[in-house]
Amino acid sequence: MSFEFEGKTYETDDDGYLLDLDSWNREVAGHIAEMEGVEMTDAHWEVVDFLRNYYQEYSIAPAIKILIKEMKKMFGPDKGNSAYLYNLYPAGPALQACKIAGLPKPTGCV
Amino acid sequence: MAEPPAEKTAVETVAESVINKNFKVPELIGEINVPRVEDGYRRKGVTSAIKPHMAKPAVQAKVGFPETLVDNWEEAAVKRLGELLEKYKSLQVYLDICVRCGSCTDKCQFFIGSNDPNNMPVARAELLRRVYKKYFTTEGKIFGKLAGAHRLDLNLLSDWYAYFHQCSQCRRCSVFCPYGIDTAEISMAAREIMDSIGIGQKYVNEILGKVHEIGNNLGMNPKALAATLESTEEDIEEEDGVPVKLPLDQEGADVLLVTPSADFFASPHIESLIGYAKVFHQAGISWTLSTAASEAGNFGMFIGSYTQLEKVAARVRNAIGELKPKRLVVGECGHAWRVAYSFWNTLIGPFDTLDPRYPAPQHIVEFTLDLVRRGAIKLDKSANDEFTVTFHDSCNVARGSRMGDRPGGQFTMPRELIKASCNKYVDMDPSTTMEKTFCCGGGGGLLTDEILEIRVAGAMPRMQALHAVMESDGVNFMALICAICKAQFTKVLPKYGIPMTVAGGVHQLVGRAIELGAKE
Repeated sequence: MSFEFEGKTYETDDDGYLLDLDSWNREVAGHIAEMEGVEMTDAHWEVVDFLRNYYQEYSIAPAIKILIKEMKKMFGPDKGNSAYLYNLYPAGPALQACKIAGLPKPTGCV
Repeated sequence: MAEPPAEKTAVETVAESVINKNFKVPELIGEINVPRVEDGYRRKGVTSAIKPHMAKPAVQAKVGFPETLVDNWEEAAVKRLGELLEKYKSLQVYLDICVRCGSCTDKCQFFIGSNDPNNMPVARAELLRRVYKKYFTTEGKIFGKLAGAHRLDLNLLSDWYAYFHQCSQCRRCSVFCPYGIDTAEISMAAREIMDSIGIGQKYVNEILGKVHEIGNNLGMNPKALAATLESTEEDIEEEDGVPVKLPLDQEGADVLLVTPSADFFASPHIESLIGYAKVFHQAGISWTLSTAASEAGNFGMFIGSYTQLEKVAARVRNAIGELKPKRLVVGECGHAWRVAYSFWNTLIGPFDTLDPRYPAPQHIVEFTLDLVRRGAIKLDKSANDEFTVTFHDSCNVARGSRMGDRPGGQFTMPRELIKASCNKYVDMDPSTTMEKTFCCGGGGGLLTDEILEIRVAGAMPRMQALHAVMESDGVNFMALICAICKAQFTKVLPKYGIPMTVAGGVHQLVGRAIELGAKE
């Protein structure tokens, strides 16, 4: 599968996750978010930026618990909780935020 | 002039599916409603377009299957079926002895939830049985369709791909079959045949590739695993003020714990991991996780591939050789426990380097319950007073294995441990528990989002029974011992208007109740 955005073709897997991590940029992230029905705010970007940084170091997205903890460390308890993250990304922070961040879909019993 | 649309290839025909994102969630009406036959027939084939994504050539190659549909696929499929019939006599018996008594028809959660009669276990098995009759029975060879025989044409192959991926291999139907026909084994055989001709399911085969390449279903590399464990240690210490460790690759530790990799990643899974760690800590038993065996799950079983089953299990044997533990314990994972309990000894045994005084392998529930019974750890039930708890028996534990040294231990032991961890426990409707338990709806390799519609439909009977005890007894926690159940319910509960936090692990309760610190 693939989609077109600003004259460029982006290859994705069957569920719309970008295949090439490096083809990602903030504009295309905004476009994926739009397709997901998510309106990106600064709060949304905070999560996406954390996911990308973590992925660059560990080649996998963080466990939800780690995401929550790190959000808490960086932005305080108001942002470091599960309800806050689900509010930003209703389809689930792991799946939906990873998709917008251009990371592969997590696999396994998750 | 526009070009006429290109004709679909055979692979495209088999893969062709419809993802309906606005499907109707079954209504909870207070009882598990079995569809009426006439309603059912009107719905014949309604779920035939719900199919999982097909594995791409690169994924197939990684697990050693043909990359795409082979040219002589019908012939090759029949040949493979013939080989399986030789290898597994049980398969031939199951295909021969069905008398169409109908006992199984209303026992499958996917039929009850979808009302598609192709999801009756007898009808599902018939998809393979027709081909068996055509090529391997005298009456089928002579009388053809009159004897119910049918060649494996493209339409039938498409139905195989749909309906053998709407079976979670939970074996509920086999409990009610007077002949004990195991439809799970038939569904495994069908998937194995499909893989052998180049038709693979993406979710399962991609994960098998990750296990071979990286070591676990998640694809979590050793560096990420170590970082996750370290972070979890910090969490426990912060919360409880006790330095509980999650050791990795500690040679000479007494216990090697093999657990599903979802325990390192997902919620609520990780809460059970914390529970295991606290149990080991408080019992003072040295233990370790292993990067080589960082996965208890074994998806080789889902596709009926003995080769894959063995290859995945071999990682555990290697970890035993490397770390030299005395005991082998398995974390909360349903099908993994079936593989461990029923197959490990054959696949990777004998475990003659382990201490013979302990079961090998041992389920974490057996391990913890033994400590509780002996008073080696203390549980404060009041720590879980905010919960009224029920227990969902996982299909593979309930019907594919056992725990302890008494029949039915797989039913009594988790319940005994839960009751030792909380004050308020109630069971669900007995027609939905123990050996009659329903599958969560996501087992057997179905835990993938493109077939969420059938997962939600298949969860209906369990949702019905859960909802009933929520109403009658105020249940707000359904304890689980399977990573798939945890992921499936977390996703599906909200569809039925139930908070996802109702799903949690047995060791999540243990972890909250355990008294840490110096022993009296």
